Amino acid sequence: MEALKQELKEKIIAVLNLEDIAVADINDNDPLFGDGLGLDSIDALELIVLLDKDYGIKLVDPKEGKNIFQSIDTMSAYITANRTK
Amino acid sequence: MGKTYINGIGCVSAQKTFDTVFLEEAFLNESLNVLPLENPTYKDYISPIAARRMSKAVKNGIVASTLAMKEANVETFDAIITGTGMGCIEDSDKFLKAIIDNNEEFLTPTSFIQSTHNTVGAQIALGMSCKAYNFTYVNAAVSFESAVFDAKMQIDADEAETILVGGIDEMTDYTQRLFKLAGFIKKDEEGSFPILNSQTTGTVFSEGATFLVLENEKSASTYAEIIDLEMVNSLEVLEVESKICDFLKQNNLEISDVDAVVLGINGDVEFDSYYKSISENAFKNTPQVYYKHLSGEYNTASAFGLFVGSKIIKIQQIPDILKANDVTKSDIKTVLLYNQYRGIDHSFTLIAKC
Amino acid sequence: MNKGVAITGMGIISAIGNSVDETFDALVMGEKAITTVSNIPTVHAAVMKVGEIKKTNEQLASELGLSPDNNFSRTAMIGALAAKQAVQNAGISSINAYRTGLISATSVGGMDTTEKHYYNYFDQPELIKYISAHDGGDVAQKIAEEIGLKGFVTTISTACSSAANAIMLGARMIKSGKLDRVVVGGTDALAKFTINGFKTLMILSDTYNTPFDNDRKGLNLGEAAAFLVLESDEIVAKENKKVLARVSGYGNANDAFHQTASSENGEGAFLAMEKAFEISGLKPSDIDYINVHGTATPNNDLSEGRAVIRIFGEENVPDFSSTKPFTGHTLAAAAAIEAVFSVLAIQNGIVFPNLNFKTPMAEFKMIPQTAIKYKNIDHVLSNSFGFGGNCSTLIFSKH
Repeated sequence: MEALKQELKEKIIAVLNLEDIAVADINDNDPLFGDGLGLDSIDALELIVLLDKDYGIKLVDPKEGKNIFQSIDTMSAYITANRTK
Repeated sequence: MGKTYINGIGCVSAQKTFDTVFLEEAFLNESLNVLPLENPTYKDYISPIAARRMSKAVKNGIVASTLAMKEANVETFDAIITGTGMGCIEDSDKFLKAIIDNNEEFLTPTSFIQSTHNTVGAQIALGMSCKAYNFTYVNAAVSFESAVFDAKMQIDADEAETILVGGIDEMTDYTQRLFKLAGFIKKDEEGSFPILNSQTTGTVFSEGATFLVLENEKSASTYAEIIDLEMVNSLEVLEVESKICDFLKQNNLEISDVDAVVLGINGDVEFDSYYKSISENAFKNTPQVYYKHLSGEYNTASAFGLFVGSKIIKIQQIPDILKANDVTKSDIKTVLLYNQYRGIDHSFTLIAKC
Repeated sequence: MNKGVAITGMGIISAIGNSVDETFDALVMGEKAITTVSNIPTVHAAVMKVGEIKKTNEQLASELGLSPDNNFSRTAMIGALAAKQAVQNAGISSINAYRTGLISATSVGGMDTTEKHYYNYFDQPELIKYISAHDGGDVAQKIAEEIGLKGFVTTISTACSSAANAIMLGARMIKSGKLDRVVVGGTDALAKFTINGFKTLMILSDTYNTPFDNDRKGLNLGEAAAFLVLESDEIVAKENKKVLARVSGYGNANDAFHQTASSENGEGAFLAMEKAFEISGLKPSDIDYINVHGTATPNNDLSEGRAVIRIFGEENVPDFSSTKPFTGHTLAAAAAIEAVFSVLAIQNGIVFPNLNFKTPMAEFKMIPQTAIKYKNIDHVLSNSFGFGGNCSTLIFSKH
């Protein structure tokens, strides 16, 4: 799971254009949205595409994303359980 | 009935027009047919977390508007009105390319959202939590003038007191290639691209953002008053002079009352004939100013023209680098600006010392 | 109450009809025209429904009598057809006899055409002519040329509120004496760009859109063009024109909340409606019918509903409906076609139905008019809200 978490941090930085942030700056259980990293609903949509493109997981309802994207921990747990790629 | 004063200007362009008095650091580069932007330090104006999604148009718009607001010492507005000819083409191209290259799969929303034409105006409003009137005009070379026209109408009618107005356009690599193909930009092979008296078609392109703070009261930072503005979609070359005479007449003025004329000459021999028809006749004894050799051409480059006209009134001088003829006048009170692009979208703006 | 600006002509082309008469018949018969995409090759055809104009580009070009080497986008063609209809309907035979303007609106511009050729310009020189047809200004210039107009021409592009803003500017220019008459409205054709764009936002429905329904899933896109002719009272009197209705109120405000989502309490919408009432001098109780923006996205209907309740009071919301189940959401043209519907509502005393509705929203009591209703209508309020928090309201009145 550790490799996946590292990979996720790198992808999030790239896909969401977080130029000033390094992988080391993101803790596994930091909140990604709201206060933590400060991501918003448009970023959530970007992450939904990431899940589909890189891990083969299709979310139909954007509201599902709220729980899945809470932190790196929750994301990697969900991907590990549901990935098809 | 309110009067409209230009109380602050911010300009991001192919020249260093920020942190300067006027064009003292401007330089003429006739070896390029697309002028690169002189980039401000965006980090000084926009937080990285906000800037990460922003196109050049949005970033330049925010910098230019911040500069204008700072100069005018104004932070709240009754309206924010922008003009852009092509909108945020960087994001638009990005999204379109992704659609075609990936056969409509795995598309992400950011570039689609950022490509809507009113993004610049919307982002500025969002940044200031400004809930006021917010319009964006997208009509080629009168996009900026439409914004100024709307603003002046509101101030005239006492419906608003303080309005932020801006003109923004960006250039991308791909659009450059298309414009060269279509003949809008001069051919690379020409090698050198002087604007004045050019004998070839096409022009020199660029990008930029110019914002103005318009208010119904004079202040310490006032440049000039906007007296009148008119737009007409099409005119024959021979109709320009009489159109200008009518425009001046409705403001109780004649050709001889114009102390300087700012022309949107862009080096396209086919369409510069519009300017030639008046510069060689009605205005041959008037100081003539041109600016697109410094700003480059783009749909809202006329905003740079208004920046130039306003500065000239303020400093009561025409810098040599802007002179299109040798006529001089010591008291520059009334300035007429005329612009068109490829024969359509003609605009006439009258500003005056106040 | 201030007298509004006279509307003397209308033209419209949308999924439900190619003229004002066809449109009226469809509205009365409850004939929605939402189908699968047929004019545009897209991989998403199976999972979406749209309101397509039932004509091919060849048919549109033929109707306009365009030469084979034309570079009209679909947006420009439908815009030109609707504008010509409006000018004819207004009985104008000499368009430049008075100071006349054109204020158009579009979000797509010529993209419906340029997206087809994006990579092909370099090895197919016959396509180069389309490069200049991409921007919004080109659409307006072509419409101006088709109606023979020489004068004030501009285009507004504020996403889905665009046409409302065009109508607003037109009304202001007539009131301030800057123009004697003005052709105002908007046009947007369907394009892969917008189809995919809205898909990425996950606000499209794969079935028929259900505005103000608790189980609503999202919007159906549509394409359309509509224009109105506004004229000053002097010209109306001089030319003995029939006044179809009047633009009596208008307002624009910015939600300043988020790039695409509306604020929870609908602040921008509330302010826009408030301004429209101020201009018109009317009270909420004067409104007989609200044509809501009602796109059937979870966000819009909730936000708009809250704003409407803040203005009218939950117990006093007048008859309202969204007509987007008929036509789909036609983006920059939406407010223009809905302006035509508002005028038809006033002229004929009809509240058009909010189709596809089953379950009221849980959050508040806002139940749309689901069956067609006949009653006297003096004043209609029409909302249109766009990305970038752009909120616009128009009020149309009989006199």
